[in-house]
Amino acid sequence: MSQKTYDRQNPAFYVLIVMLVIMAIGPIYLMLVTSLKLNVDIMSDTSSLIFMPTLRNYETALCDFLWYEPEHLRRCDPTFGRALTNSLIIGLVSTAITLVIGTMAAYALVRFRFMGRDVVSIWTLMMRMVPPAVLLVPVFGIWTFQFGIDGTRGGIILVYVALNLPFVIWILQSFIVQVPIQLEEAARMDGAGPFQVFFLVVLPLIKPGIAAASIFTFRVAWNEFLLANALADRNSRTVPVTIVNSLTEFDIDWGVIMATGMLLAVPPIIFTFMASRQIITGMTAGAVKG
Amino acid sequence: MSTARANRLTPYLFLAPAGIVLAVALFYPICYMVYASFLDWNPSQRIGEADFIGLRNYTKLFSDAAFRESMWVTIKFSAVVVTIEMILGVGLALLLDRNIRGMSVLRTLFILPMMIAPIVVGLMWRYMYHPTVGIFNRTLTDWGFEPIPWLADGDWAFASIVIADIWQWTPFIFILSLAALQSLPASAIEASKIDGASGWQQIIYIKLPLMLPVLIVTLLLRLIDSFKVLEVILVMTNGGPGLSTEILSIRINRTASEFRELGEAAAMSNLLLIILLILTFAMFIYNKAQEVRAQRMRAVEEEA
Repeated sequence: MSQKTYDRQNPAFYVLIVMLVIMAIGPIYLMLVTSLKLNVDIMSDTSSLIFMPTLRNYETALCDFLWYEPEHLRRCDPTFGRALTNSLIIGLVSTAITLVIGTMAAYALVRFRFMGRDVVSIWTLMMRMVPPAVLLVPVFGIWTFQFGIDGTRGGIILVYVALNLPFVIWILQSFIVQVPIQLEEAARMDGAGPFQVFFLVVLPLIKPGIAAASIFTFRVAWNEFLLANALADRNSRTVPVTIVNSLTEFDIDWGVIMATGMLLAVPPIIFTFMASRQIITGMTAGAVKG
Repeated sequence: MSTARANRLTPYLFLAPAGIVLAVALFYPICYMVYASFLDWNPSQRIGEADFIGLRNYTKLFSDAAFRESMWVTIKFSAVVVTIEMILGVGLALLLDRNIRGMSVLRTLFILPMMIAPIVVGLMWRYMYHPTVGIFNRTLTDWGFEPIPWLADGDWAFASIVIADIWQWTPFIFILSLAALQSLPASAIEASKIDGASGWQQIIYIKLPLMLPVLIVTLLLRLIDSFKVLEVILVMTNGGPGLSTEILSIRINRTASEFRELGEAAAMSNLLLIILLILTFAMFIYNKAQEVRAQRMRAVEEEA
């Protein structure tokens, strides 16, 4: 890349780019600034560019995890802290399960010829389009009355795994196809069984695909609201559910709610900066070949 | 013999866990929903206790003005949003398809809105649209204009959710069309340059037609996703004021949790699913047709 030369462009062109960047991240920046303000500053009439940044809103949200007692709080509300723990557990566990069984399925679909492979591919594609809103009623009914796992983290994890699997299988397929089959044959000649071939030869080669798939899976589990709202009880609520719950109250505490929103937004933002290339690959797979 | 059998069983072993989860937690619920849409069912009943009422949920829906309104809002929202985003996204891609420094940084920044939780996106926009402390009305009053009732007036509320969605999803189309542009054969563009085509002629006669297959798939993907939008609107307006922003997903949620009519909600979900299946199917057919065409072209080239 270093020897690449760049064309000189019209200055107006750079102005356009700067405007686009401001538009793209402006709202996120506003949220960050608001989360660092006291409510007095948020509500004051002068549009205040100058204010004392404070971490108080974050202290209020995270008071459960702090080793000291924030002096501005009379009573610590553990709701958000609990939700954060739930979100982390649900996100990580469902991502892990989805990836393990998703990779295995994708591998089988690509490498083994057996009856019904085309049918399975079409079904995966179709299932990918199912929106959470469509699953709301049946999942609520089945989880409550038949499986008896409503209100548990396990119940929410199960929905997320099912919701993410089609996409993960679909995207990993495109990575596994590129693994040269000669490598696998060589391993088999040396006496490796199918599971050894899969775990020791194929898995290390499709790491970028796995990175993309895990980011997408974690993001869905971390961000999802509707199904979590229907399934969770007081103890298994995730962060999006608590945010919406605190919104319906009449008087909105913008500072604290923006701090919680910021905390919810931070992991996806970090992933984006760490693995933007993989994310873009994941987004363009299917529409753009190559 | 036993190794041969083990080899025959392996694909099924690899597929089994995923298959079981999908069957139990995705396929079964969907079948269940189709069945539930024929029942008069409320959340306190087990499904066995609900009465079978045939197609009455559906007939009720189609005679329900509120549902028709919500259907219309959904279609209007998808059409408006997808049209504007396609124009902006493709336009920006054509404009920014240049050899410049920092393109990858730009792309990274552009995908941020899509990665952040929709709940948070709704939150940010609700704050910005706030009648007094929001940045829009603050700027307007600072410049001496009347404040705008962003989320309080039906038409403005609809415009507001459209703007938020454009902010969130235009980058998606931008990134896809940029990828398409950069994978175009350089020879075609070179040839048109030599023949003296102007910038506009290049775009209209060479670039857009060559991008068309990708653009159509992008359009369908975005269309399907636009029917899934829920949380952003839920946080911003919760479907109000009145029914002005109540898209189908929000109506399903309300029918299930507020009106406690699970059968009706299931019937609505069914209709939404049918729309999405038609779109998905269209995409699948289109992809297949493209593949067949590409194969035939290759065959012709080889003969020549």
